[in-house]
Amino acid sequence: MNPYNYLYVAGLLFTIGAIGVVIRRNAIVVFMCVELMLNAANLTLVTFARINGTLDGQVVAFFTMVVAACEVVVGLAIIVTIYRSRRSASVDDASLLKR
Amino acid sequence: MLTIQTPEAVMFWVLAPVAVLAALGMLLVKKAVHSALLLAWVMITLAIFYIAQDALFLGIVQIVVYTGAVMMLFLFILMLVGVDASDSLTETIPGLRPIAITAAVGFGGLLVSLIGRATLGHGAVGLDSANGAGNVQALAKLLFSTYVWPFEVVSALLITAALGAMVLAHHQRTVARPTQREQAIARFRGDSLGSAAGLPNPGVFARHNAVDVPALLPDGSAAPNSISATLKARGDMLDSAQFELGEVDNTVTEEK
Amino acid sequence: MVTSTSLVYLIALPLFGAAILLLAGRRSDKWGHLLATALSAGSFGVGLYQLSQMLSRPTAERAITQKLFSWIAVGTFKVDAGLLLDQLSICFVLLITGVGTLIHIYSISYMSHDENRRRFFAYLNLFIAAMLLLVLGNSYLNLYVGWEGVGLASYLLIGFWNQKPAYATASKKAFVMNRVGDMGLSFAIMISFATLGTVSFAGVQAASHTASKAALTAIGIMLLVAATGKSAQFPLQAWLGDAMAGPTPVSALIHAATMVTAGVYLIVRSNFIFDAAPTAQLLVVIVGAITLMFGALVGTAKDDIKKALAASTMSQIGYMILGAGLGPAGYAFAIMHLLTHGFFKAGMFLGAGSVMHGMNDQVDMRRYGALRKFMPITFATFGLGYLAIIGVPPFAGFYSKDAIIETAFNAGGVKGILLGSTALLGAAITAFYMTRVMVLTFTSKERWEDDQHPHESPLLMWIPMAILAIGSVTTGFLFTRGHALVHWLTPVVGERAEGGKVLLQPAVVSGLALVAVIIGVAIAVSKYQLGKVDSVAPQNVSVFTRIARKDLMQDSFNEAVFMKPGQALTALLVKGDDKVIDGAVRGIAATALGTGSTLRRTQTGFARSYAAFILIGAIVLIAAIWVVTQ
Repeated sequence: MNPYNYLYVAGLLFTIGAIGVVIRRNAIVVFMCVELMLNAANLTLVTFARINGTLDGQVVAFFTMVVAACEVVVGLAIIVTIYRSRRSASVDDASLLKR
Repeated sequence: MLTIQTPEAVMFWVLAPVAVLAALGMLLVKKAVHSALLLAWVMITLAIFYIAQDALFLGIVQIVVYTGAVMMLFLFILMLVGVDASDSLTETIPGLRPIAITAAVGFGGLLVSLIGRATLGHGAVGLDSANGAGNVQALAKLLFSTYVWPFEVVSALLITAALGAMVLAHHQRTVARPTQREQAIARFRGDSLGSAAGLPNPGVFARHNAVDVPALLPDGSAAPNSISATLKARGDMLDSAQFELGEVDNTVTEEK
Repeated sequence: MVTSTSLVYLIALPLFGAAILLLAGRRSDKWGHLLATALSAGSFGVGLYQLSQMLSRPTAERAITQKLFSWIAVGTFKVDAGLLLDQLSICFVLLITGVGTLIHIYSISYMSHDENRRRFFAYLNLFIAAMLLLVLGNSYLNLYVGWEGVGLASYLLIGFWNQKPAYATASKKAFVMNRVGDMGLSFAIMISFATLGTVSFAGVQAASHTASKAALTAIGIMLLVAATGKSAQFPLQAWLGDAMAGPTPVSALIHAATMVTAGVYLIVRSNFIFDAAPTAQLLVVIVGAITLMFGALVGTAKDDIKKALAASTMSQIGYMILGAGLGPAGYAFAIMHLLTHGFFKAGMFLGAGSVMHGMNDQVDMRRYGALRKFMPITFATFGLGYLAIIGVPPFAGFYSKDAIIETAFNAGGVKGILLGSTALLGAAITAFYMTRVMVLTFTSKERWEDDQHPHESPLLMWIPMAILAIGSVTTGFLFTRGHALVHWLTPVVGERAEGGKVLLQPAVVSGLALVAVIIGVAIAVSKYQLGKVDSVAPQNVSVFTRIARKDLMQDSFNEAVFMKPGQALTALLVKGDDKVIDGAVRGIAATALGTGSTLRRTQTGFARSYAAFILIGAIVLIAAIWVVTQ
């Protein structure tokens, strides 16, 4: 077996996450799909670190995790705020830009 | 030169399809809570992949931070927000779903095809030498030397995010909280006096007094106000008719 | 050149008064007219002081200057806001402040029933300040400021009763026609700057000896255009008749004595330019000759007393322009006629105001008659002015007008004979129409309406009239005694050539002029005093009378030649603007709008559809990489 297989898995997970962002309406699920895409990217970083024999990929993956944690905190706070004012967690309901 | 041992190959071929299936399931299940649980499973799988790939520290962090903290935060918010129509899987924007799926399949196909074509110019090296003194020590050395500046910046980002979340979650009360007296006046001055004496409790005049069973009005119909709106929206309301007695024993037995 | 620090008070006093009266508003209603009159009189006092100082200096040092501040300093081009008081300016200063003060006094009574009297006095003071700046500026640019200032004051005062649309229109007409002339003055300044590099009087005078004749001719013609606008000369004369819409003291001060003579001042002040540009000078005489006949002919047909006097003003200024166009020989006479005219015409306008005051603001002379019995003082003062204007010796007009006629005859050749004859004929017609005014107003039979009770005007009104009447009797004699005014002005306007060939002796000219006057008077007396006068203007009159009543078709001419083509051009431009320029703009807008509304469909507002677009973009990117790395 070949470490590149991990990359294929990462690509598939990323694609699934992308579909989820487009087709799911619940803002929290959309957000979880974004997290899935981030994790897929992390997997490629770790795999490439292994293939290249240096730890820099792992360091970047570490930073990605920290940034993802920040994003989750702020993103969820925004969802809660929107829910509070609109009584809905649907991303389609927040379509005020239309008009 | 890296050689992959059989146990890892077995582990990969078992866990990788499960992870992809779990991710697909995330898209397909109706309830957000289930999606969150499936995502947690994908993350644990990834943590195992990390450990298998000589990234012990990241694997542990993945479990602790992602699966432990972030996913719990997701579940927490899910409970806070509750359940509404957004969980429906029917598509409301016409034509979006076929476009999205076609595009995503094309995207994935191109991505996989690109990975298959790509060559690095050298074989896989492995991390045995880089991890010589232990993965955590080697990572720490990099983080506090080469990457010390990004590390500090990221710490600033974390603080900013924490402050941002506090600001967003802070709710400024613009009008005073209504007192009990004001609420009572409002009830009596309202359109109808129906709720003047308070909402009916669930289960009153029924054989079942659980919170998910509506009370019965004097004419025998269910009183909608007696059930929490969340339970109603979630469809967790039980029909009180199922608890009706088939036959009421009206005979009075006189005790001697 | 002697410098002074006190010249600025001449202008500052009335300007201060205008500022106080306009800024204080209704609070100054009670004392505003008194303050304005006092400040005008104060300015007159400063003028007298300056005259006494000037007389105490030797002839060469009589002109004095004052630099107020450095106005424009661009490279080598420098203009100071500076004042110049010389023998020419002092005449004007005394005329403006003196007659101005008398008219202030007159207006106190004349305007006493007007609730806006304070505003009227503010404008009068503003006018005095602007007119003084006009005659005291030491460069064309400073003069221009005053020039526009008097234009503004004139506009405000003609339209003083702007609640009547006709009066407001009259003020706009005056303003717009003056703009044409003002454009000439600004062109003159620009040409002067471009070719001579300077705009000060002294600088232009120095440069005029070396400058090209073409440039000087251009400057001269432009100055003439300016003069025709401000002085109501042909072809920009049409506004003066309508300007009589203003209160009568305004007509007396601005549209008879001072502002309308600014054109004469400009030409005399620019004598060095006209002396060096004979073509421009010839045009000046032609304009003067045409206007003096034009005004006289219009004057014969007018039944409105103020319009008849306005036509007469136009004609008399024509005499002055004619005199100023005759070169060094005529400048002094032009100024002399200007000064005497300032007295007798202002006096007559005030007399007309007095008549209107007594006749319920009736201006139609056909409704007057026999007022001599009821207004003896007005009759006397008006009569003295009348004798002065028709040139009866020894009244002022006799000296000044005859001097111009004589100079015209002596201009030499056919030109001299033509000009002299015109001036002589003008004198006869002047005598005719002024006698007509006199007879219709004062001596013929009563033609009043029933509710009119003519009465003499109050003291404050007749005292200025009396003083002006004394001026119309004596000034001509005083100015010509020993050629006083001619010698006085020589340092400014240059030496007049003596001993040239003389066509007619002064005595002959005076005789001819007297004969002409007697003929004119006789015709008028026989027609109006002895004949019957209708109280409504008869309509079955000759075509010449009709044309003269319509101001010799000046308005129709302007309308046909300038207004109608201008309106057509404007309509064309509006259409072009609408169809071509706006069409292009609107087309661009419509295109943008159409594109936008088409593209808007992609902007559904749904975040998920935007995410789909991002996904498609990512596919394109990946596909590109895929193709490139093939």
